[in-house]
Amino acid sequence: MTTDAGHADDTGTGRKRTAGALDVRSIIGFLLTIYGVILLLLGLFASTEPASPDAPSGGGDVNANLWAGLALLVVGGGFLLWWRLRPIVVPQDSDR
Amino acid sequence: MTAPNGQVTVLATTLIDADPVDYLILATYFVFVLGIGLMARRHVSDSVDFFLSGRSLPAWVTGLAFISANLGAVEIMGMSASGAEFGLPTVHYFWVGAIPAMLFLGVVMMPFYYGSKVRSVPEFMLRRFGPGAHLVNSISFALAQLLIAGVNLYLLGTIVHALLGWPLWVALIVAAAVVLSYITLGGLSAAIYNEVLQFFVIVAALLPLTLLGLHRVGGWDGLTDKITAAANDGAGPPAEQQLESWPGQALSGFDSSILSVIGIVFGLGFVLSFGYWTTNFVEVQRAMASDSISSARKTPVIGAFPKMFIPFITIIPGMIAAVLVTEMADLKAGGAPKGGASGDGVAYNDALLYLMRDLLPNGLLGLAITGLLAAFMAGMAANVSAFNTVFSYDLWQDYVVKDRDDDYYLKVGRIATVAATGVAILTASIAGNFSNVMTYLQTLFGFFNAPLFATFILGMFWRRMTPTAGWMGLVAGTASAVLVAFLSEDGFGSLSTGVIPVSGQGAAFIAASTAFVVDIALSIAVSLVTKPKPVKELAGLVYSETPKEQRTDPDEASYPWYRRTVPLAGLALVMVTVLNVIF
Repeated sequence: MTTDAGHADDTGTGRKRTAGALDVRSIIGFLLTIYGVILLLLGLFASTEPASPDAPSGGGDVNANLWAGLALLVVGGGFLLWWRLRPIVVPQDSDR
Repeated sequence: MTAPNGQVTVLATTLIDADPVDYLILATYFVFVLGIGLMARRHVSDSVDFFLSGRSLPAWVTGLAFISANLGAVEIMGMSASGAEFGLPTVHYFWVGAIPAMLFLGVVMMPFYYGSKVRSVPEFMLRRFGPGAHLVNSISFALAQLLIAGVNLYLLGTIVHALLGWPLWVALIVAAAVVLSYITLGGLSAAIYNEVLQFFVIVAALLPLTLLGLHRVGGWDGLTDKITAAANDGAGPPAEQQLESWPGQALSGFDSSILSVIGIVFGLGFVLSFGYWTTNFVEVQRAMASDSISSARKTPVIGAFPKMFIPFITIIPGMIAAVLVTEMADLKAGGAPKGGASGDGVAYNDALLYLMRDLLPNGLLGLAITGLLAAFMAGMAANVSAFNTVFSYDLWQDYVVKDRDDDYYLKVGRIATVAATGVAILTASIAGNFSNVMTYLQTLFGFFNAPLFATFILGMFWRRMTPTAGWMGLVAGTASAVLVAFLSEDGFGSLSTGVIPVSGQGAAFIAASTAFVVDIALSIAVSLVTKPKPVKELAGLVYSETPKEQRTDPDEASYPWYRRTVPLAGLALVMVTVLNVIF
């Protein structure tokens, strides 16, 4: 696990500091993954009908929550993987 | 009926029924947004950090922020409204009215902005033309940002009111407070991170809506069949005008197809869009936050790629809504259905909201509401963060209180942010007088941006252009745009006199073009009789006086083609040409 931004490693002995949680990829990854899980659960257990009672009937033949949830999990997971596999290294000269 | 926390009483007539799970999705987003502000705060240590993100961001981040700053809800609602009303010609706002200018900004103009180390676009004005042009530019820009932030906030308020039933003033204050807290905490970094996040949330909200809508109308063929059938019954412009992007008479408001093409290419494609994209500090600020001159140039170029596909998730849902949603079809056929976000009847701006109501189950509905609110807040945050930079650096530091330490201007920036948010809440009431938000914004851009582009481009490439010509061109250009808007049929809403028989977007195109021509002509005339700046002061500011090393990144030649500015820009240009041919 990379270290949290602004902490540690400032005084580290030659270890490079990474952007950690402040990396925008991790933020995108976590948010999309959370949304993916919520929509996936709704897709599995809740109604697929349009939410509004005013909506014309005939909707809901596609499980939109399920598919959107799966897509979000794939994209969110992708961002998390990218973040973990290729952490941003903060150059020493811009270290404060 | 109450919201999950039991605090807010919901009116009986909301457009959409939100569930606790929809509120959960919305709340999760707010937690992330404020969390970004808090995390970014630990990194803000001086004013360059606060205003320009310490110039440390990679190009893909600033590239997405670049289009996100413009992908406010005004744009999303406006484009889907225009899609519902006019159909496919609306794509011109993207493929003609944005991409070429974005590429031009990256390839030609960005080296001067980034390379001269100015902190804002008005500061470039100051170095090139001196205080006259600088004051005109900074004050008009700052005012425009306050107005636009107000428009954003007003739309946000009406939508929260329509969707969730909160009273308008509660929605205004809650939204303003959220924007305020993350900008004052984290500065530009927080604004940019949120813009990138917002981009993904908006796509996640609009893409399923588009796909579901297409599924329901029977795919693209079903959509064209239904639009053709409705148009034959008298709903909207003739079908072939709605389903082909060119010549786009319905959009431009010109009867002649030749004039329409000229109006779109010169008025929208050249003057309005170059004026907007190349000189608007809201956009340019994102590129200035990047880590090198190469990244700065690539910022708008990278942004061009997602930008060219955004019409598919904004305009097409509008077109679908016009045939699928009963209220929208009724409106387009000439009826005046009751309801709508404002409560005064359905308007084209409601197209997306009604489509959400008719198609989305709880869950996706929450995501869509979140996407819209995110877009509103990001749009407003972009305006406010650009405003506070120009106010602190260009107005306060240069003209009011000079030569104080960095901490002082950082504090001024934070106070300016709070004040701007307060003013935006007030401006929100002005915006209510204009029926079509796009026209209102285009009018504003015509006033401020068209003459700016003329002055910039002349000043960057003609070293003889004098400081006096700089400010006189700007003032005369802006004044002529205002005059044309007053003389048109509806450029200024009910204030216009109708002497010039054009209306709608055509009026905005003509106002902007007039401003451009007046500015160029006057600047040349004035330059010939006034004294130019000494040549040695123009290094980094004028093309012929800037050494090549200062304009380019020495490392860039060693990158593979997909990381170099010019090949990327060429690819984008080819892709957008192909899109224009197909549609």
